[in-house]
Amino acid sequence: MSDAIFTLHDVGFSVPERTLIADVSFTVAPGEFVTIGGPSGSGKSTLLRLVATLLTPTAGTITYDGQPQDSYEKTEYRRQVSYCYQQPSLFGETVWDNLAFPFQIRHEEIDEDRMVQALDMVHLPANMLRQPITDLSGGEKQRVALIRNLLFTPKVLLLDEITTGLDTVTKDAVHEVIKNLNHQGLTILAVTHDEVELAAADRLLTIVDGRLAVSV
Amino acid sequence: MTQLIVTPTALIFAVALVVVALVISLKEKIGLEKDLIVGVIRAVIQLTVVGYVLTYIIRVNRHWLTLLMVVIIIVNAAWNARGRARGIPHAFAISLLAITTATAGTIALLVLAGAIAFVPSQIVPISGMIASNAMVAIGLAYRSMNGQFHDQRQALLERLSLGATKYQTAIAVVREAIRTGMSPTIDSAKTVGLVSLPGMMSGLIFAGVDPTKAIMYQIMVTFMLMAATSLGSTIACYLAYPQFFNADLQLRNFN
Repeated sequence: MSDAIFTLHDVGFSVPERTLIADVSFTVAPGEFVTIGGPSGSGKSTLLRLVATLLTPTAGTITYDGQPQDSYEKTEYRRQVSYCYQQPSLFGETVWDNLAFPFQIRHEEIDEDRMVQALDMVHLPANMLRQPITDLSGGEKQRVALIRNLLFTPKVLLLDEITTGLDTVTKDAVHEVIKNLNHQGLTILAVTHDEVELAAADRLLTIVDGRLAVSV
Repeated sequence: MTQLIVTPTALIFAVALVVVALVISLKEKIGLEKDLIVGVIRAVIQLTVVGYVLTYIIRVNRHWLTLLMVVIIIVNAAWNARGRARGIPHAFAISLLAITTATAGTIALLVLAGAIAFVPSQIVPISGMIASNAMVAIGLAYRSMNGQFHDQRQALLERLSLGATKYQTAIAVVREAIRTGMSPTIDSAKTVGLVSLPGMMSGLIFAGVDPTKAIMYQIMVTFMLMAATSLGSTIACYLAYPQFFNADLQLRNFN
């Protein structure tokens, strides 16, 4: 598939005395919503981190947008292929510190209106901007972390079980954001057990013992 | 000027003070007896050797010998600072560069300003003061950096995943580590004269120098140590933080 945004070819990842990912090959088309399922400890998150360059494959190749992954500047790649953690850790003192960071790393002027719009997108109030991060609930932290990745819209969003442990209202808000972004053309790779996300996806990949078991 | 002579008999009586510490350690089961004994033996041997060496260096008064002594002090300080680095790659080279720059820079400024003369009796003790303070500052900075990279690992990983550079990821850690390294010098500068009468000033007063003149030297030492610890810990931290990342801009595991 020549127009694939991602091509994984025989990708493997091993640590001493243990193989976590072996011989994984698949492609993802631009704008596609692909979910990655499988039992706990099967290597789903490891696979997502390989795609995110947060781990480096010990075998095989990953091609992004027609070029080998390792030919990109890591910072530029990660701004285009944005990875969201399952249990995010907010940094600094306030929500503002977290939402200012994407502007700071790009040396762009901090735009508070954009921050407020982003908060609104995940149903969080504008006055949360100055709130200390220690005052936020788990669901609020997860949503702040998500919009931290979305203030500068990436080309690909990698979601690592980001709705696990969230209440129904928060989950719905996150699902709505993901769905809208996908409709706007954003490519999404999501590790998930969530039925709504599975149903919304174009395709499901299943990883068992570090190997691609099923592609539906 | 009063002649200061501590006789060997007086030193033997001083051993009684160590015995007090040993008895407390034994009675309270603190478990520091071995460290105390090793410390006492090392202090006696090291100071005796350095006493004779300094007597010789001061007597012959050669530049190369003075510089050699300074180099030995700096290398030892760097080796000790490296011990606090708990696995940070190239910690010895980084410490050596940081302590050399801090010591050489500060000494050069003091000599050029005429505050001290380039004679062994002044250069060697002042170098020792600077290098040891820089060593402590760098050791504290390393410990702080290691602790932060460990405790804040998740937040640092998230900064990387958002597309931050090494510098953007670690700058808050670096700043905190420099603060930690400098804090003993700054605290001691704040309380100097109120809590402690520090070594330089006490030594001069002991030797019979007018306290108003002794404070001039102490003020110089205070400023000199501020400059040296800030220079040393800043250089060490800026050279050490990239060691926490690998070539693929991922966090390394080494401690």
